[in-house]
Amino acid sequence: MIAMGAKGFFTDTTVCIGCKACEVACKEWNQLPDDGMFFTAMSYDNTVSLGASTWRHVAFIERPVPLGGQTTAHGISWLFMSDVCKHCQRAGCLENCPTGAIVRTEFGSVYVQPDVCNGCGYCIAGCPFGVIDRRAGDGRAWKCTLCYDRLRGGLEPACAKACPTDSIRFGDVDELRATARARLEQLHARGVTEAYLYGEDAARQPGTEGLNAFFLLVDRPEAYNLPPDPVVPTRKIAPAWLSLAAAALGMAAAAVGAVASSQERGHS
Amino acid sequence: MRDWRTLLSQWPVARQLQQRDPTALGSAAFSPRSRDLRPRTATADRVVRSVCPYCGVGCGQLVYVKDGKITDIEGDPDSPISAGCLCPKGAATFQLVTGAHRVHHVLYRRPHGTQWETIPLEVAMDMVADRVRKTRDETWEDRTPEGALARRTLGIAHLGGATLDNEENYLIKKLFTALGIVQIDNQARI
Amino acid sequence: MIQGSNMAECHPVGFRWVMEAKNRGATIVHVDPRFTRTSAVADIHVPIRAGSDIAFLGGIVNYIITHERYFRDYVVHYTNAAAIVSPDFQDTEDLDGLFSGYNPETRHYDMRSWEYEGQQRSPVVETHQEYHELTGEPWSEGPPQARAEHYDETLQHPRCVFQIVKRHFSRYTPEVVEQICGVPRDLFLKVAQTLCDNSGRERTSAFCYAVGWTQHTVGVQYIRTAAIVQMLLGNMGRPGGGILALRGHTSIQGSTDIPTLYDLLPGYLPMAKGQYDADFGQYAFHNTGRAGTWSSFPAYAVSLLKAWYGDAARADNDWAFHYLPHITGNHSHLMTVAAMADGRVRGYFVMGENPVVGTVHSALHSKGLRALEWLVVRDFAPTETVEFWRTGPEIARGEVRPEEIKTEVFFFPAAAPTEKDGSFTNTQRLLQWHHKAIEPPGDCRSELHFMYHLGRRLKRLYAGSADPKDRPILDLVWDYPTIGAIAEPDAEAVLREINGYTVADGKLLSRYQELNDDGSTACGCWIYCGCYAGGVNRPARRRPRTEQTWVAPEWAWAWPSNIRLMYNRASADPGGRPWSERKKYVWWDAEGGRWTGYDHPDIVEAKPPSYRPGPDAEGMDLLSGTDPFSLHADGKAWMFAPAGLVDGPLPTHYEPQESVIRSPLYGQQCNPARLEWDRPDNPYHRAYNDPRFPYVLTTYRLTEHHTAGGMTRWLSWLSELQPEMFCEVSPELAREKGLRNGGWATITTARGEIEVRVLVTDRIPPLRLEGRTVHQIGLPYHWGSRGLVRGEAANALLPFVADPNVSIMESKALTGNIEPGRRGRGRRVVTSGPIVPPLDHDGAPRDLRPPASGAGSGKRPRER
Repeated sequence: MIAMGAKGFFTDTTVCIGCKACEVACKEWNQLPDDGMFFTAMSYDNTVSLGASTWRHVAFIERPVPLGGQTTAHGISWLFMSDVCKHCQRAGCLENCPTGAIVRTEFGSVYVQPDVCNGCGYCIAGCPFGVIDRRAGDGRAWKCTLCYDRLRGGLEPACAKACPTDSIRFGDVDELRATARARLEQLHARGVTEAYLYGEDAARQPGTEGLNAFFLLVDRPEAYNLPPDPVVPTRKIAPAWLSLAAAALGMAAAAVGAVASSQERGHS
Repeated sequence: MRDWRTLLSQWPVARQLQQRDPTALGSAAFSPRSRDLRPRTATADRVVRSVCPYCGVGCGQLVYVKDGKITDIEGDPDSPISAGCLCPKGAATFQLVTGAHRVHHVLYRRPHGTQWETIPLEVAMDMVADRVRKTRDETWEDRTPEGALARRTLGIAHLGGATLDNEENYLIKKLFTALGIVQIDNQARI
Repeated sequence: MIQGSNMAECHPVGFRWVMEAKNRGATIVHVDPRFTRTSAVADIHVPIRAGSDIAFLGGIVNYIITHERYFRDYVVHYTNAAAIVSPDFQDTEDLDGLFSGYNPETRHYDMRSWEYEGQQRSPVVETHQEYHELTGEPWSEGPPQARAEHYDETLQHPRCVFQIVKRHFSRYTPEVVEQICGVPRDLFLKVAQTLCDNSGRERTSAFCYAVGWTQHTVGVQYIRTAAIVQMLLGNMGRPGGGILALRGHTSIQGSTDIPTLYDLLPGYLPMAKGQYDADFGQYAFHNTGRAGTWSSFPAYAVSLLKAWYGDAARADNDWAFHYLPHITGNHSHLMTVAAMADGRVRGYFVMGENPVVGTVHSALHSKGLRALEWLVVRDFAPTETVEFWRTGPEIARGEVRPEEIKTEVFFFPAAAPTEKDGSFTNTQRLLQWHHKAIEPPGDCRSELHFMYHLGRRLKRLYAGSADPKDRPILDLVWDYPTIGAIAEPDAEAVLREINGYTVADGKLLSRYQELNDDGSTACGCWIYCGCYAGGVNRPARRRPRTEQTWVAPEWAWAWPSNIRLMYNRASADPGGRPWSERKKYVWWDAEGGRWTGYDHPDIVEAKPPSYRPGPDAEGMDLLSGTDPFSLHADGKAWMFAPAGLVDGPLPTHYEPQESVIRSPLYGQQCNPARLEWDRPDNPYHRAYNDPRFPYVLTTYRLTEHHTAGGMTRWLSWLSELQPEMFCEVSPELAREKGLRNGGWATITTARGEIEVRVLVTDRIPPLRLEGRTVHQIGLPYHWGSRGLVRGEAANALLPFVADPNVSIMESKALTGNIEPGRRGRGRRVVTSGPIVPPLDHDGAPRDLRPPASGAGSGKRPRER
């Protein structure tokens, strides 16, 4: 694959209207099943979280405090945030995947190959955001693909295309970062002083080395069910791997021998 | 059946090593499916311009068709109304028009019946036409009891139209008015 | 200003442009009883008591006039503010809540005292109501005109419209707004000031509304109040201004233009009235305006009759006018259902609508359906309406057994929009063509197919009949070409007929001004004339937005004449110059001698601003070059409506049919002209302070579902997002009543009882009124007994009661009770007997003088 500039999402929660077009557009394009029909009584959130069949999820946060720049009679506010796989620069799911099912694409996105995944589930523990999950009945792990197929055809992801208010923006991560910073300044100037960016680069979020899908938020991360300081597990346990590596080498050597000989014959 | 060497060469670890990609983060890990992945709309036989059937905003839609089946419905970026966007209902149009919930045949419940029966379309159309004629003839009034001009039937009523095409509403109003049906109304009043 | 609408939730993609405006610096104000997804992104949210919007808007009118914030040049030249009104007019302020002319026996107004001074008769074409019935007298004089003969452009005359408006609204002080609406004074003032600051030459403000304004017993007057605000501020006919109706269905505008409505023919031509439209001459006489667009009424009507009856419509047979049925009163939906429940309707067609869930008082609807001989429903899947005999609440409770129901029921599966060609008309009058993508499956067919083939069968059944009553069917022009194996009628052929053509050679017409009253033209809907001009299906035009101006005139087609912004003459000053460079839209090009601009000008193109009608002028020539509102005979926007409304020339606050408070304004509690259905199966609560029903109920939609749910509750992708019926209550009410978040509650009115899940939220705050706390309960209404996700229908709680102008139901403000827990299995709906003990109404009168009968405040609506 030819490497190119990383693509990703900038989700500006301050223009999200909580319509869930992203959830449905994602289900339509990816032909995903429902996640069950349960009334949760948690504001307007009835799909609860990202999962194997819900790759965009809108969180609804009702707060007894006002939002900067807004006038209301009762000092309340209601925040919406369309959550998605972050396509981390350093992706725990990918690093945990023992089968090679999870790959980093030419768009910098993290993609689970459904024809390779064997459903071992190691990836689930690798994600500090709880994004990836196995689907009941299917067994394989699923998550947002950043619409890998659409990107191959020059199309933007379905959620970003559908989003009525451009809360979800898709593009080159470098450009999105610039857009996000400009937007942040604009909001601060308008009195939304609580606005900040979440995970926009490695400097701000070393545990993931930055997110290709990052966010503009107005409350602390926990309010949106996001970890304040996510760390990819493999970052923590890298030293432990070193000792294992020696043992692994022996197996690898055997494999190399077998493959090399098969390759030679294949070319002859 | 593929031989063991082919199988082995597709084993991810083997591919990594073959393609000098020991960290498994590059192209070596791509399956043939992944390598050939393209949007399903790329192979559509045709793209049909449409309009969202839900609310009154009138968002543009593109309907992709392959082998006589709809494969995708999404927003039309050319529309000055919607610029390619859709709301959740509009985004669900695919399920509305292709879903298994749709009934494909006429259902009939006879008077005092306790269950549906399936009847052929042409038979049902004939039955409805018969009932319209009979009811109209039996309830026709040239004048009201007070003597005002009427030329109508109050025995038949109609409701609906806000989800239908202008051309359909036109035929509804035209035919029913010719029949003397005046109790015609739709969601516009509701 | 978004009020009476939850735009972000109900029209999310339309709201895209609101967010775009906000991003460019616009201030978004949302006035709503609830803090919704619209409020969440608005700059200002104003919580208001459901049913009190006229008081709020009236307060703004008062603020504008008191602080002299009105746009004087606009007001003087483009509105009827300067017109002098009859000395006989008396205001609600003089008569304790009634305007002059009220007859308590008939509950109708005689509108003659509302007219301009020196006038005898006014036009009725704006609302198509029955002038004769309302005044009790025949119309004997010349063409109606509603053009004032006396004006005072200084706006000082005590009987000029401006002074009347000023006096009328003077009582709507910020304190009164707070008292009626529960809106804190400072918040109200902030909104009024924001609106004024953003209006004038350089800036404009828009109002967006939806059924939150219309579905009241005084619904039309809600919109009228906003219109007065916009006239005063000069926000009509200008870019960024207007009052935008956000319509809920894809072609609900189209179904009004080409009406599946009882009182209209295509293009807003009134139906013939049995009492006095004895022939075409009288029909034309009664409906032709002396000036303006309606002065060509005979051309529109003759062309319609030619389109329908072809060669059978001739000058010597009155254009087959006698083929048209006549109406003799109100035959609207609720009237029809009441008649049905009384056994007076035998057959019923329902197409793409689910009234058992979607309209008021489900139990009364079901009672009506049980009394039918036959019912035909067309939809995608069997709805509650077509399954009333099998799965309705009465059946589930065992009150009625299917075996007892005589109704013969047909369910026809409908083709989807993707399976047929046709046009929808959206909320901005834009006709957009959708193309057929695939064939419909199985026996699914379009309504076009159903109607066409039903018509062919009926023509066959009546063939050879000599009965005059059957001539309209036999002579009906019904020869549309068909396509394909299923013989689908060609929708474009129908659109061409709607567009109109010359009778002699079938040439398609280009504009409605080409229509004639001599039988030389045929046209199915005059306002759509030009949509197929030049043989081009203009609704199918799809020039990309990036390849044309922001007005996008080459995307689809707008009626009339592809005008995107109506009354746009008002975007220029009386001299024809834009009010400001910033708000430039159309203007007079003196060199070219014509109007020009970004849009098609909504005025005769060559009429200079300096034009004034001479003494012999007629029709459009009677309007001067400064008259932007050409649908009115005087070319002015009407702050004061001298005709056209049956419940008053000005809006004033009335309480809903069922309220929590006594009206602080007048002895007259409710709209005195409202439509009531006084029948045992439609009981009302006390007008106010009903101890059984202490809470305000309001109903609404959610983003995730569509109206009565027929197009969403069967889809997994939407159903999982809102999977169950619920109510929204405040934490205060939840504490008071012991309601648990996520638990069950039962909501009761005198009409019915439903069980719902509870969502406790700060977003539906209690209000302070008259020193006490008033709780409001929010009820989405999408669910029913069928579909993937189910719940009881909120509309089971609503009564039959309606606005008198348009017969729309009141669903947005009523009273009810809530108790924790599920509904008792044995309880009943009111059609099986009272579910709550009746209460004497007399302690809380709705009307100043109850009718002589004395049995409650109710009176039967006009029914013949």
